[in-house]
Parts: sequence; C-alpha cells; structure tokens
Amino acid sequence: MSPPPSNASRRGRGFGAARVAGRAANLLLSIGFTFLGLLAVTFFIGRVVPVDPVLAAVGDRINASTYDRVREELGLNLPLWEQFARYVWNALQGEFGRSVLTSNPVIDDIRRVFPATLELATVATVIGVVLGVPAGVVAAVKRGSMVDQAIRVLGLVGYSVPVFWLGLMGLLVFYAKLDWLPGPGRIDLLYEGMVEPLTGVILIDSAIAGDWDVFRDALSHVVLPASILGYFSLAYISRMTRSFMLAQLQQEYITTARVKGLAERTVIWRHALGNAMVPLITVIALSYGTLLEGSVLTEIVFSWPGLGFYITNSLLNADMNAVLGGTVVVGAVFIGLNLLSDILYRLLDPRAR
Amino acid sequence: MTTSSPTLRAWLLDDAPASPRQAWCGRMFRGWLQFRRNPLAMTGLCVVVGLLIVAAIGPWLAPQHPFAQNLDHRLLAPGTQGYWLGTDELGRDILSRILYGSRITLTIVALVAIIVAPLGLLVGTVAGYFGGLVDTVLMRITDIFLAFPRLILALALVSALGPGIENAVIAIAVTTWPPYARIARAETLTIRRSDFIAAARLQGASSPRIVMGQIVPLCTSSVIVRVTLDMAGIILVAAGLGFLGLGAQPPSPEWGAMVSSGRKFLLDQWWVATMPGIAIFVVSLGFNLLGDGLRDVLDPKDAG
Repeated sequence: MSPPPSNASRRGRGFGAARVAGRAANLLLSIGFTFLGLLAVTFFIGRVVPVDPVLAAVGDRINASTYDRVREELGLNLPLWEQFARYVWNALQGEFGRSVLTSNPVIDDIRRVFPATLELATVATVIGVVLGVPAGVVAAVKRGSMVDQAIRVLGLVGYSVPVFWLGLMGLLVFYAKLDWLPGPGRIDLLYEGMVEPLTGVILIDSAIAGDWDVFRDALSHVVLPASILGYFSLAYISRMTRSFMLAQLQQEYITTARVKGLAERTVIWRHALGNAMVPLITVIALSYGTLLEGSVLTEIVFSWPGLGFYITNSLLNADMNAVLGGTVVVGAVFIGLNLLSDILYRLLDPRAR
Repeated sequence: MTTSSPTLRAWLLDDAPASPRQAWCGRMFRGWLQFRRNPLAMTGLCVVVGLLIVAAIGPWLAPQHPFAQNLDHRLLAPGTQGYWLGTDELGRDILSRILYGSRITLTIVALVAIIVAPLGLLVGTVAGYFGGLVDTVLMRITDIFLAFPRLILALALVSALGPGIENAVIAIAVTTWPPYARIARAETLTIRRSDFIAAARLQGASSPRIVMGQIVPLCTSSVIVRVTLDMAGIILVAAGLGFLGLGAQPPSPEWGAMVSSGRKFLLDQWWVATMPGIAIFVVSLGFNLLGDGLRDVLDPKDAG
C-alpha cells in the first residue's frame, strides 16, 4: 500500500504545460521502470531459481540430443542479458509461451479467465464501498461509542479471519445447511454457454441479452464469494474512512459550517465526507487491486474459474509459463490501478495539481 | 507482571528521572498503564501469551500423538469421549494436532520476522543515510516489490522453489520486507542531520559504524511495532500457502493444510475443516488486537 505521492519537493518547479508534461514523463518513466522490475523478478523466478529450466520443461528422462535441442529452443544457450531482453520483448507483445496444461498460448487463457475475476472483484468492491464508507463515517462521528467499538472489532475480525476458511463456512451454512444459495461454480450447468460471451462477464452479458434467468442464476452464484471478499474490503475501507473523517472533523471549516446553522447531516455527509473522499479514492483503488489478487483463495474454495484459480491450478501442475504469465498480468493490473488512483487523486485534489 | 509496591511505583512514575534507565522504565510503565486500560488489547495479549504457552508445553497437554492414527475412530464428532474436538479422516485427534500445529505457526512467524526486520532495517537505513543514488536505487527496488501482489508473488516463488516450510518462509519474507525498508528510511531521514550524528562523524566514526551504532537502534522500535501488526498477515499467508498444499507437507499438523484436508468432508463432517480454521482465526485476531493496542500506546499520532 503506497501512500499518495508527496509533491512538496517538486512543487514550484517550472510552469504550466511544461510542468505538466515533465511530471507526466516522470510518471511514465517510473511506471516503465516498475514494470521492467516486475519482469526482472518473474524472469529471475522462471529462469534462475529452478536448477535446470530444461529439465523443468521436459522432465528428466530425455537423451542428450533432445536436451541440447530443447536448450537451444528455449534460448538458454544465449547470455543471460540477451535472454532477459528477449523475455521483455515477448512480454510487451503479450507473449508468455504456451501453457503445458491447456496447450493454448498463456495470454489466450488469461483473456478467457480474467473476466470471471473482474466480475467477482467488482461486485465485492461495490459491497465493500457501499457498506464500508458509511460504517467508517458513523464510527468517526460516534467516536468512542459502542457503535465505534463494534465497527472496530468487525474490522479487526476481517483482518484476522482466513478467507479460505470463511468461504468454506459460508458454503457449509448457506449451501449445505440452509440451502439458500447454490454451491461452488460461476453458473449452473444448465445455463452454461446460454448467453453470447460479449464481455465475458456473465452478469453483463446476460443483461445485454435480456436473459434474466441466466442473470438471476449468475447473481445467486456470485453473492456468497463476493460478500466474503467484500467483507475484507469493508474492513479496510471502513477503517481508512474513519481515520480520514476524524482528520476532517477536526478542521475549522466544519465548525464554520456548523455555526452557519447547516444541518448536521449536511456537514458530515457533504462537507466532511466530500473532502475525505479524495484520499479515499486511492484507498478504494488499492483495495480493488488487492481483491483482484486476494481472490486466489476464494476462487479455489468456490471453484470460480478466474485468474487466481488458473494460476493455482497451473502451479499445482508445474506449468511455469502459465504461472509467471499470470503473475506478470496481475502485477501489471496492480501497477495500472496505482497509476489510475494517482491520476484520480490529482484530478480531485486541487492542491495536488 | 508489575509489582505494585508503592516505592517502585513512585520510582517508575517519578517526574524527574535520575538516569536514562529510570526514564526508559518509567515510559514503559506509563505505556503499560495505558495499555492495561484497553480491554481489547489485553485480550490480544492473553491470546498471544496463551499461544506461546501452548507451543511450549503442547506435547504435555495433547491427549494423543498428532500422527497417531486409529482407523476405528475415523471422523468422530466433537465431544466424543477422549476426542474433544473430534477426529479426522485417519482417526487422528484434532485437538492434539492443533496443539502441535501451534509450533509450526510460531516457527514460521518467528523465522519471517528474523529475516525481514534486519533486512528492512539495513536497506532502509542505508538508503536514508547515504541518500542520492544509493537511495534512489534501493527505494526503486523496494517499490518494485511493493507493486507485486503479495500472495501471487509468494505463489510464484514457491512454485519455483518447491513446496515446504522453508520455502514458504523464504517466499513470505521476500514479499514482506519492503514496508520495513520504507519505515526505516523515513525514520533515518528524520535523524540523519542531527547533531549527535555529526558529532560521531567528527570523532572519526565510519559510515557503517554510524549506521549500525547510532541509526539502527533508533529505528528499531517502530520496526517492532510494525512486526507485531504484521504477524496476523504472515500467519494468514502461511495458512493460505498451507491450504493450497504449498506450505508444510502432510502429515504435518499445519493449520492451513488441516483445513484443506477437511474440505473433502465439509458437508458431512464439518468439524474437520472448522476446528483448525478457528485456531488460525483466534491467533491472528490475538496478534491484531495486541498490535492495535501497542500502536495506540507507542504511536499516539495514529491512534483514533
């Protein structure tokens, strides 16, 4: 979780368009560097850590000539820096090799599974924001009260409970015992492939097609895993909202607004929350990114065919190309969200411009 | 914990301490008095102390050996005579396995803390003290690791290294150190222009000596608070790796792996997966409550 960037040191240097361009270039350079570092780490994990990448690729029962051929095919006879340059070049074109498990190019697999993760994480973030922000505001306004303590404990429980276990307990209660919700999976077998995958997000696709049976089924499948993930984002968002709100409520403009005779509701929800929203955007973007990756365990528990499920499944089958490709994609999404929150922060906060 | 004899108390709460030691003890004691008033923090302390005790004397508490199989007693429900938390699919006593498993959890947490805190301190203090190019390079590297989602990087590392506790510890450590470097650097930046650093330099102390002797000790306390706050996260990642089959290997009674093996029986024998999960939850909640209370005491600017 990186804090919002401080620009105090750079403020006042240059003017107008030149300054904006300079800062954009700076930002791009730092993003590029981070991405290169990300690739360096995955390259290191894939090529340097395994004792012999050839044996890792084809197994240990091969003769010497096959060994040499594969070694050449993998480009392992080249110097390390040249291997890395090739790796970066391929990664920039989305070329991560073929998955051993599905024998598709890794990038095609990722394109296929990513919408499922996106669907889950988005619904979860909506739940986290809709419940977490009001909870944080109430906790800050009623500071020290029982409500505040209860929300604090609720958040701490969220920080402490293992997500895979909570998922299993949810299945046990709502699926096995009460039978309110369907079991694991993304959609009932009956509806599988019923709607045209335009976006790959079933909720959107079925709504576009107007097929509300499918929509209802997909919704009932997403409710439990998304609530469980949403709880974790709620824990984080409510805690941050509380501390941002506390900072705002101590400001003098709040006193001014109250003295003016504005309704307390307006003061809290419009004035204070409006200002707290600026840093909160960064928090929400970051928690969205964490959900995209934090869904790994949830996807396993709910057999949700997303990116986390794909990466773990490949991992258990020693499919390194798929694992590393997935890691790079998740890292890139993470960097992208960081960039987005940075830009939003600057757009929303006039002082940061 | 603290004796309440009036003279000792007066010595501790003295407004004009006569020695640095007395001042330090007094500060700790005031912190403790504040900490003691926080019921949540005290609960956390009790849980953590309880974990330490259980890990130390677990073998004497456990009614059975954690690996002792008894196929006649498979999947017994909790409350059965002699098996208070029931048995798993091989007739092993779940309570005994959880008690033994506390050692694995503590070992992982301790090893990660031992690797991460010094590494983060070193990187952060060196970056902060020398500044310039050294700072830029080291902090860039730190940022790269921060840009990685934690669990995914740990997964990729374990897949390259192979499953097992040692490799899980390495993977968790690699993903945990960057915030420590950030903290240590921030602390270093606030003190590196101080007079006592300049004095040490004028006396001819070398840079490594200043970093190790003057700067590192001053950064240690904030790093320790962060370690306590991170414990729960480390436990959860370790349990997650265990759940995926990438941490401790069977028949080891690691809690995450126990939940994973209970998953097959979830619908009919719910306790096999539920009990070890409760253990993970209680312990990480304990660390979180403790860390939260410690932060309120040691770092009042963050307290709410």
